[in-house]
Amino acid sequence: MSATNTAALMGYEDVIENFDPVLGLEVHVELGTASKMFCGCATEFGAEPNTQVCPTCLGLPGSLPVLNRTAVESAIRIGLALNCSIASWCRFARKNYFYPDMPKNFQTSQYDEPICFEGWLDVEIETDEGPRTFRVEIERAHMEEDTGKSLHVGGATGRIQGADFSLVDYNRAGIPLIEIVTKPVAGTGRYAPEVARAYVATLRELLRALDVSDVKMEQGSLRCDANVSLRRTSESPLGTRTETKNVNSLRSVERAVRYEMQRQAARLTAGDGILQETRHWHEDSGVTTAGRIKSDADDYRYFPEPDLVPVAPATDWVEELRGTLPEPPSERRKRLASQWGITDLEMQSVINAGAVDLVLATIAAGADASASRKWWMGELARRANDEGVELETLPISAVQVAKIEAMVMSGRLNDRLARQVIDGVLSGEGEPEAVADSRGLQIVSDDGPLLEAVRAAIEADPDAAQKIRDGKVAAAGALVGAVMKATRGQADAGRARELILVELGAVEGV
Amino acid sequence: MSVSGTEIITATAVEIAELIASKQVSAVEVAQAHLDRIAAIDPSVHAFLHVDADGALEQARAVDHATAAGQAVGPLAGVPLALKDVLVQTGVPTTCGSKVLEGWLPPYDSTVVQRLRAAGVVILGKTNMDEFAMGSSTENSAFGPTHNPWDLDRIPGGSSGGSAAAVAAYEAPLAIGTDTGGSIRQPAAVTGIVGAKPTYGAVSRYGLVAFSSSLDQAGPFARTVLDTALLHAAIAGHDPMDSTSIDAPVPDVVAAARRADVRGMRIGVVRELSGEGYEPGVQARFDEAVSLLRDAGAEVVEVSCPSFVYALGAYYLIAPSECSSNLARFDAMRYGLRVGDDGDASAEDVMRLTRAAGFGPEVKRRIILGTYALSSGYYDAYYGQAQKVRTLITRDFEAAWGSVDVLVSPTTPTEPFRIGERADDPVAMYKADLCTLPSSLYGGPAISVPAGLGDEGMPVGLQVMAPVMADERIYRVAAALEAALNDRWGGPLLQKAVSL
Repeated sequence: MSATNTAALMGYEDVIENFDPVLGLEVHVELGTASKMFCGCATEFGAEPNTQVCPTCLGLPGSLPVLNRTAVESAIRIGLALNCSIASWCRFARKNYFYPDMPKNFQTSQYDEPICFEGWLDVEIETDEGPRTFRVEIERAHMEEDTGKSLHVGGATGRIQGADFSLVDYNRAGIPLIEIVTKPVAGTGRYAPEVARAYVATLRELLRALDVSDVKMEQGSLRCDANVSLRRTSESPLGTRTETKNVNSLRSVERAVRYEMQRQAARLTAGDGILQETRHWHEDSGVTTAGRIKSDADDYRYFPEPDLVPVAPATDWVEELRGTLPEPPSERRKRLASQWGITDLEMQSVINAGAVDLVLATIAAGADASASRKWWMGELARRANDEGVELETLPISAVQVAKIEAMVMSGRLNDRLARQVIDGVLSGEGEPEAVADSRGLQIVSDDGPLLEAVRAAIEADPDAAQKIRDGKVAAAGALVGAVMKATRGQADAGRARELILVELGAVEGV
Repeated sequence: MSVSGTEIITATAVEIAELIASKQVSAVEVAQAHLDRIAAIDPSVHAFLHVDADGALEQARAVDHATAAGQAVGPLAGVPLALKDVLVQTGVPTTCGSKVLEGWLPPYDSTVVQRLRAAGVVILGKTNMDEFAMGSSTENSAFGPTHNPWDLDRIPGGSSGGSAAAVAAYEAPLAIGTDTGGSIRQPAAVTGIVGAKPTYGAVSRYGLVAFSSSLDQAGPFARTVLDTALLHAAIAGHDPMDSTSIDAPVPDVVAAARRADVRGMRIGVVRELSGEGYEPGVQARFDEAVSLLRDAGAEVVEVSCPSFVYALGAYYLIAPSECSSNLARFDAMRYGLRVGDDGDASAEDVMRLTRAAGFGPEVKRRIILGTYALSSGYYDAYYGQAQKVRTLITRDFEAAWGSVDVLVSPTTPTEPFRIGERADDPVAMYKADLCTLPSSLYGGPAISVPAGLGDEGMPVGLQVMAPVMADERIYRVAAALEAALNDRWGGPLLQKAVSL
C-alpha cells in the first residue's frame, strides 16, 4: 500500500522551537504460549487459515472461555519486570464492538482492573550532550485476546474500502496478548522520536529476555501504536493526540513520531486543529494518513466478563515469579558493555538498533565481540538502513556473519572482499564459502603474480618509484593502490607494500 | 410387549428405567411409544421444534445392547428426554427459537448432552422456547407458540414452555430447561409438573447458548420430585470447560427426594411475595400447602426480605445488558441466517439487515435496553446500580438463612393467561417472574412443585428456595409436599388434566 504525502510539514528545528511534544505508547505483545488465551487451540504462526480453531475461539453459540494460566503467569512476569504493582484481584471485561474478524463481536479484555499497573522502564539514548536516561512511566499492562485476521482481496489498497471480498482467518483469534500502555511521556523535547524508538527497543529486549514472546515486529507479535500530541510549552495543557497504527519496525516508530510532530506543528501553526483520530503509517512513503475518527464518545460498553471468574494471584505465586525474572535491562546492558569492551553509549546504540541478540548470536557462533559488533553496527546496519528494513530481517544469519569473520581471520578475505561476500549472501547466492568460491573472491598471496603487478606499477609511475628510492616510504601508498586496482582488489595490500619496498631497495627482502 | 404404550408414556422415569432394566420392555419400545405420542399430539401442543427420531432410536438401541450384554447401566438408562433448543447437540439443529440461527448444525455437544449420553438417557428432540429464552410464555418463539396441555388456548409458561408442555402432555417423562429469571419454575408451575433451578454453577453452561451468563442455569423437569432429582444428579457436577462451574461434590438430591421428610425443618414464608397482584386462588393453594408442610412436622415462620421488591428492576437491567453482548455474535459472518449479501453490500450492511430480519421484537427490545444500560455515562446508574441491588438481595437471603432452612412462596402470582393476551404489555408479562427472580439474582437453588388448581382451573405451583449448594433441601421439602398433596388428591395433580 502506498500513500502520497499531501500534508504540509514544518521543519523539525522549527517544531522544537515552537512546540513541546508528548508521547503515549501502546505496545501489544503476542505471548508465546502453546495454546490460546481461553481455549486449547495451538498458536503456531503461519498455519493454514482456520485450522487452529475450536467452538470457543470461533465464538460459536454456547461456547465458554477458560483462562490460560501460563498467560497469566507471563503477564505477571512482564509486570514485575516493568516494576509494576500486581493486582491481588482483577477481572476481565468485555469490550463490545462489531467487526467481522471478531468472533463474538466483543473482545475479552481488561478494563478498569488491569493485572499490572503503575510501573516504569528506563531508556537511554545518545544526545548531543552525551547519553541521557529517560524514565518512561507505565500506566498498565493488561491481558486480552487477539482478534482474527482479515484479508481484503481485490481493490487497490489492500484495505477493506474498495475490496472485492474479504476472507477471515480465525487462527489468530484468541491468541493471548498483553497490552502495555505508558503514561503520557513528556519532557523529551527534540528527542521524542529517539525516546519512542528506544522505549520499544528496550521493551523488546526485556520481553525477549523474559522468554514470553518472540517479539517479531514484522510478524505482528509485537505491535506499537504511537500517540503523539503537541503543546506550546511544557506548562500548557495536553494537546489533541493522534494514534498512529501499523508502525511495524523500530525505525518506523522513530520516523512516524517525527512525521506526526512535523505534520501537527504545521497544522497548528496554520490555525487548523488536530483531529483526534487513528492514523496509518506508510513505511514506503514515510507518511501517516487519516484513519478512523476517534472520539471520547467511542463507547465500547465495557462490563465485567460474566463467563470468567476473577483472577486473584496469590502473593506467594507472585513472589515465586519474581524469582524467575532475568537480570534487569540496565544491569544486562552494563554487563554486556563490559564483556564487549565498549562504552555505555555504544551499548545503547546496539540496543536501539535491535542488534543485541544478533551480536550475541554471532559471538556464540565463534566470532569475537568486537568483530561481531563491527559487522552488525557497521556494514549490515548501513545496508538495513539503505533498504529501510530492520537489521534482524536482513537475509543473513548470525552464523553466516561469524563464518565471514572467520574467513577474514584466516586471511582468505580482507574487509573489502568480505563485503562482496555479504553482497552475495544477501542476494541469495548461498553460504559465505560458496559465494567466495563462485565469485572467485580470495586474497592473492602467491608472490609470483603479485610481483608482476608490483613491477608493472613501478614501471608505470617512475616519479613515485624515485621518491621511495629517496627514502620517502609514504609514497608507496600510490603504488599499492595501483597494484590493488590491477588485481581487482584481490591482492594482500600489506604484502604488496612489502614487495614494492623490497623491489625499490627501501628495505631488506623478506 | 407386555406393557402398553399408554402405560409406558404415563410411567415415571423411575418406573421406565426399572421396566427396561428388568427387560419387561426395551428402550427402543419406550422411545417408539414416546415418538408415537409426539406424532399424535404435538401438532396440537407444539412442544417440539425438532424431533430426532433416528437419533433417539439409535441411543435406545445402544441402551438395549448394553442391557443385553449385562453391562451396568445408570438409573435413567433408556429414559426419554426432551431437550430445550438452547443446548447444543452435535449435528442436531439448534435454533434457540430464533430465525437468526435457522439451519445451524452445532459441531459439538454441550456438557449437559454429554452427561445425558453417559447416563444412557434417550434424547427425543429439541423443544420450543421463547426466542433466546427471553419471555415467560413461549409466545416469543419465531416458530409459533407452544400450547398448555391443560388448556390449549393458554400459554405453557416460558421460556422453557416446550420442555414443560412435553412433560405435562406425556410426550417425555423428563425434560431439560434453562432458567435465567424463572424459565424452568414458572412453566413447571403453570403446567402442573416439577421443575428445578439448581444452584448457579452446579450444572455446566458449556454448550448452553447464553442469554444472561451470570444468571443462566440448566435444570430438570419431570412429573415427580424423585424423577426431577435423578435428572438433576445426572447433569450436575464440576466441568473444567465452564469457569463458573462449582468444584464441589453435588448435594445428594436423590436421597433428599426419597427422604421426603420435613420434620424439624424451619420454613420461612416470604412476606414480600404475597398480597397485591397475587390471585386469590394462587394464594389459597399456597396457604393450604404451607399448612400441609406444618402438619408434616415443619416449623413455619414469616420472613421479611425487603429487597426482593427491587428484583424485577434489577433483573431487567442485568439480563438485557448481558444479552446485548451475548447476542452480538449473531452477525451472519460465520453461521445461521444471512440477509442482504448481494455481492455489493458491506459487512456492516449484512450484519444490520440480518439482525433486523433475524431477531424478534422482544429480543430487539432487550438488546436495545441492555445496550442503553451499558452505555458510557449510564453504566453506573443502571448496570452498576442493578449489581448493588443484587448484593442487597443476596444479603436478604443470607440473613434469612440465620433463622430458616428454606424460603417458600407461590411460584407465580397468577394462573397462566391466554395466548396473545399480554402480547402488547411487556411489563405485565415480566411480572410473571416476580417470585422467581430473587433466587436467580442470588444464585441459590429453587424448585416449583404442583400446589393444586387456581380459580380458573389451571395449575399453580409452590416454590422452595434454599442456600447456595444446599440443593438437597428444596427436594426434601418438595417431596414432602408432593406426598401430602397426592394423599389429599388421591394421586398426582396431572390426573386432573383433560386428556389429549
